[in-house]
Amino acid sequence: MQNRSLAFWLFLTPVILGLGIVVVIPFFYGLFYSFTDWNGITADEFLGFENYINLFQEDEFMSSIWFTVKFAIVTVILLNIMGLGLALLVTRNIKSSNLLRTVFFMPNLIGGLILGFIWQFIFISVFGDIAGLTGIEGLNGWLSTTNTGFWGLVILTAWQMAGYIMIIYIAYLENIPKELIEAAKIDGASSFQRFKNITFPLVAPAFTVSMFLTLSMAFKIYDQNLSLTNGGPFNSTQMVAMEIVRTAFSDNQMAYAQAKAVIFFLIVAVIAMTQVYYNKKREVEM
Amino acid sequence: MKKNNEKRNLISIEILGLLLGLIWLAPFYLMIVNAFKTKRDIFSGVLGFPEEPVFANFVEAFIDLAFLKSLFNSVLITGLSIAIIILFSSMAGYALARNKSKMSGIMFFIFVAAMLIPFQSVMIPLVSIFGQANMLNAGGLIFMYLGFGCSLSIFLYHGAMTGVSKSMDEAAIIDGANRFQLFWFIIFPLLKPISVTVGILNVIWIWNDYLLPSLVLSESNATIPLKMFYFFGQYTKQWHLALAGLTIAILPVIIGYFFAQKQIINGVSEGAVK
Repeated sequence: MQNRSLAFWLFLTPVILGLGIVVVIPFFYGLFYSFTDWNGITADEFLGFENYINLFQEDEFMSSIWFTVKFAIVTVILLNIMGLGLALLVTRNIKSSNLLRTVFFMPNLIGGLILGFIWQFIFISVFGDIAGLTGIEGLNGWLSTTNTGFWGLVILTAWQMAGYIMIIYIAYLENIPKELIEAAKIDGASSFQRFKNITFPLVAPAFTVSMFLTLSMAFKIYDQNLSLTNGGPFNSTQMVAMEIVRTAFSDNQMAYAQAKAVIFFLIVAVIAMTQVYYNKKREVEM
Repeated sequence: MKKNNEKRNLISIEILGLLLGLIWLAPFYLMIVNAFKTKRDIFSGVLGFPEEPVFANFVEAFIDLAFLKSLFNSVLITGLSIAIIILFSSMAGYALARNKSKMSGIMFFIFVAAMLIPFQSVMIPLVSIFGQANMLNAGGLIFMYLGFGCSLSIFLYHGAMTGVSKSMDEAAIIDGANRFQLFWFIIFPLLKPISVTVGILNVIWIWNDYLLPSLVLSESNATIPLKMFYFFGQYTKQWHLALAGLTIAILPVIIGYFFAQKQIINGVSEGAVK
């Protein structure tokens, strides 16, 4: 199919319009207006880097970035351990293997908003009840402090996403040649040695894939944040994505929020590019 | 001896797995049992079964959620979005894979690179532009889903095209088919497995999306997640109603999962690993 041919362009027109109008044009449009005093409709003044300078001096924005970074580090580590653990479990020759896959994956199908509401009930009522029964005071008021709110979000995300990461690890685990494991068994390798020397190196690429997914997911999380803690108490559990929505639509500071959104894009893009870079480097080595 | 050991090992792994599975399901258990309780029942204990199951919670939640209407809106918006994403992305994936020019390479790169842009980075200008064009409605929303959904979908179709032999094209052209006939009658049916994957990945995301509908739709034509948000705000502190509403809201997904679990898990695994 040639470039010059009308058919080539006709086949592409709908997606060019879609991506162009929905993503590309708004992206550059927003980039431009982040340097002005834009109010969502008109802009009167070109401010240069003023919005950008201000946002780096704003405590709320910086603390939302810091909170998101901490959240990302913890969830990436936790999700990969859990995902690999669950994958190893359900790829063993057990009867409930398929049932367990279905169960572990289930939370992924239900939206983050609804899951956050369910866990709000658990952290408030169920934890409160268990505290009453067992006398463990620490279970009370889980969503009312910054620290426990953080762990609340981590628990919700781990429960929701571990099944997804599990699926990725399963795909790689099932590609390991059975003969390799059998041969090692015959040679007398213990199950730990088999894991360390065969399984682990062969699922390493799965780690690269799932690290990319978990990192970008952790940075972009919004619904769970909104429905579980709503950023509270005092905006201390507010992540970057939510901070941008608030600045734009609650505080009505469109240009300023857009500047934050540009910084957000740069962070996500740098993470993704770094990932791809290391990915490529490793592929060459192997 | 060794065989026996291994067997015992497997049994303990099985038990561990089932225990973990129960922990995984606990949030759903807690949601459902408490949805059947009265306010007082919940106050006196959340772990056990209700003394006498209350169905009135569900009736009230069903009515306040305007459930049939929200369900209809969700089905309509998700269904139409998926249909156009599958149709237009497969066409684009086909055209880009069969054209080896520099231009085509650049276009493919732009589509893939757009995946790097997080939603929040285009959200404000997007709402502004669509607002000025009077397009903040269901039609506009569906078009937005095409824009956000086409990148990954084109990427997947493009990859799948390597498995479709070029001799298909040549044979059909010799038989006198034009490009559209060739695509629609020969190529598109061959892409069915990847269409299922693309459909599943996009359904999961669009069905559950909250933020975009909240910026575009009004409460009267809300989708399930959006309606759930309003509903929940109304019933904070009335957990029996809130939980009944949540149970109703996830019911369609659970039913869908029950019927298509294998395809869903395969689809997700395909999309994630590629």
